[in-house]
Amino acid sequence: MEKMTGARIVIETLKEQGITTVFGYPGGQVLDIYDELYKAKGEIEHILTAHEQGAAHAADGYARACGEVGVVIATSGPGATNLVTGIATAMLDSVPMVAITGNVPSYMIGKDAFQEVNITGVTLPITKHNYLVSDVSELADTLREAFKIARSGRCGPVLVDIPKDIQLSECEFEKKEARPLISLDEPVDNDILKAVKLINESKKPYIYIGGGAKAAGVSEEIILLAEKIDAPIGCSLMGISVIDESYPGFLGMSGMHGRYASSVAKDEADLIIGIGVRFSDRATPEPEKNENGAKIIQLDADLAEINKNVVTDVGMACDIKSALNEIIKRCKEKKRPKWRSKIEKLKEEERIKREERLKSAENSLIPEKIFEIINKEKDEDSIIATDVGQHQMWTAQFASFEGRGKFITSGGLGTMGYGLGASIGAFAASGKPVVMITGDGSFGMNLTELATAVTYNTSVVIVIMNNGSLGMVKQWQTHFFEGRHSSSVLNRKTDFVKISEGFGARAKAVETAEEFEEAFKEGFKSGGPYVIDVKTDIDELVYPMLSKETAIYDIMPLKEEGKQHD
Amino acid sequence: MTKFTIAVYVENKYGVLARVSGLFMRRGFNIDSLTVGQTDDPEYSRITITLSGDDYACEQVINQLKKLVNVKRVKLLDGGNTVERELMILKVNNTPENRNEVMAATQIYRAKIVDYTTDTFCVEVTGEPRKIDAFIELMRPLGIQEMCRTGVVALERGASIMGK
Repeated sequence: MEKMTGARIVIETLKEQGITTVFGYPGGQVLDIYDELYKAKGEIEHILTAHEQGAAHAADGYARACGEVGVVIATSGPGATNLVTGIATAMLDSVPMVAITGNVPSYMIGKDAFQEVNITGVTLPITKHNYLVSDVSELADTLREAFKIARSGRCGPVLVDIPKDIQLSECEFEKKEARPLISLDEPVDNDILKAVKLINESKKPYIYIGGGAKAAGVSEEIILLAEKIDAPIGCSLMGISVIDESYPGFLGMSGMHGRYASSVAKDEADLIIGIGVRFSDRATPEPEKNENGAKIIQLDADLAEINKNVVTDVGMACDIKSALNEIIKRCKEKKRPKWRSKIEKLKEEERIKREERLKSAENSLIPEKIFEIINKEKDEDSIIATDVGQHQMWTAQFASFEGRGKFITSGGLGTMGYGLGASIGAFAASGKPVVMITGDGSFGMNLTELATAVTYNTSVVIVIMNNGSLGMVKQWQTHFFEGRHSSSVLNRKTDFVKISEGFGARAKAVETAEEFEEAFKEGFKSGGPYVIDVKTDIDELVYPMLSKETAIYDIMPLKEEGKQHD
Repeated sequence: MTKFTIAVYVENKYGVLARVSGLFMRRGFNIDSLTVGQTDDPEYSRITITLSGDDYACEQVINQLKKLVNVKRVKLLDGGNTVERELMILKVNNTPENRNEVMAATQIYRAKIVDYTTDTFCVEVTGEPRKIDAFIELMRPLGIQEMCRTGVVALERGASIMGK
């Protein structure tokens, strides 16, 4: 056994866990850890961001892109508090992350020392668990436990706060194998039988998948089930990219801004088979109406999600893969031609509407057009990351994902400014060009990370859907505040091309579809960050739009009927 | 609204109580009382929580508690088969007019006078929360100076044991 300092133990434990990339920002109370990182060059790559928030989002994007734990390091006080939004983002979307923070020496804790903050207290409600290490002999095991918790069951962020003196003190370190994860329960036989009975009796089943299906890696099982029971597949925002867009039974996102066919099918279904989905308020605007009295089966890794937002008929907190396999094995193979033709009709209606919009748009850059070009020019399995707002919903509606392509977005917390950090992390994990869709509002929040993208030569095409406004806020004001656009029209003079060039990135402003196509092609191949400032119409609204006030039968119309001016 | 009593076995570690009480705050559950104390095994503490709500709230509380890393076991105690006790110390005015009444009530409630001065009594009462509530109402017209109650501790009767 070798005697070493706490700081060195941190690095050795990271290596033990198979970590090769970490994100972070140095500072006074993590100097010792950074010194060890310096010595570990070649084994662990440290990606220095421009701001700790960007580092946290990068670790998150890294984890979402490759499924491994994302690691972020920050100093005490402001370094640690800057991680907070990133940690909360990971928490709400169940992303495995370990955040390591330095803190003032143990004997100074509680004395309001320079750059001291009680970060375990601050992050208590937004971490799966957190630790303040009080003895160097417990450091390695605490970190091992943190990794285990982060990636077990329903994943999530874990924070380990390490006071300076713990980093400096020495103890013996023994290398250990990574701990086995906490395994999920096997499904209960009786629940499987009940679920199978509901499925067999159902005339109009709808498979509804969320982020939990992505985490469980059950794309194949879901398609097997869909084929066997002849059911369409819809998803929540977090469930996008689990099923290929080209799969004929895939309807895409349902819910507040869901696709027309998916939302209507979900509403008309007599059985909803929820897989790793939590029926959030945005996905299920009217839970009390229980989707027209449809029966609900819910499979989830987390017991606390069962019956939390909707009352289920069969709720199973267990290993999703095992449960699905059991259900597939036992349910009756059945054709449901009436339901199938209804679904096809809805899909066709949706397709025609989109075609009409594209036709009337000609060369102007409506969202459908932008995504038609992106879908054509990106790789089939490219990762697309977004920020939050209208552009995010358009991406959810129109971007296509195939194979290992992933949709990386802040769903639960809805973090504007998430996308650029996440793209940097996603590129670090995949090594493949990332497409980032953002808006002028969101991009303005964390665009300093362009510096990081340039430094690390991150291959990311950043498409700014620039409508000069906080489009989603404005849309709500249009609908629910009689068009009083309070603080949502930006009137900024920001020149995104100049800014991007100032950071050392290539950039282009475009106003027509042709220009955009050309710029996107160039950007996608450029091998570094490439910013496209796309001028879009300020009055464009995201439709369909469902809310508590608007039931499915008066699903808000497409732009022609709904457009309102100031 | 039903009253529920939940027993929680937790690791006896720094910050665990904050995690448990923080959970209630975050999820918007209202608790009536929360008590905590070390068990026969000093590695563990036992928390007793009483709350009023519907079955939904109760199920959510239990499921959320189970997710906390430091929580080892959670059990909803069977209301009909549980011994529930609370302790209160209450300070009430000592005047010639109310002296007899305080002493009589103390005797009937099997309470104890633990401090006696020319101006005040301190009375210690143990029992189910309902009994404590009743005693407070009895003392109220006599002039309560201050009072303090522990919150409920509870244990199921018979052989039912909540393992670690």
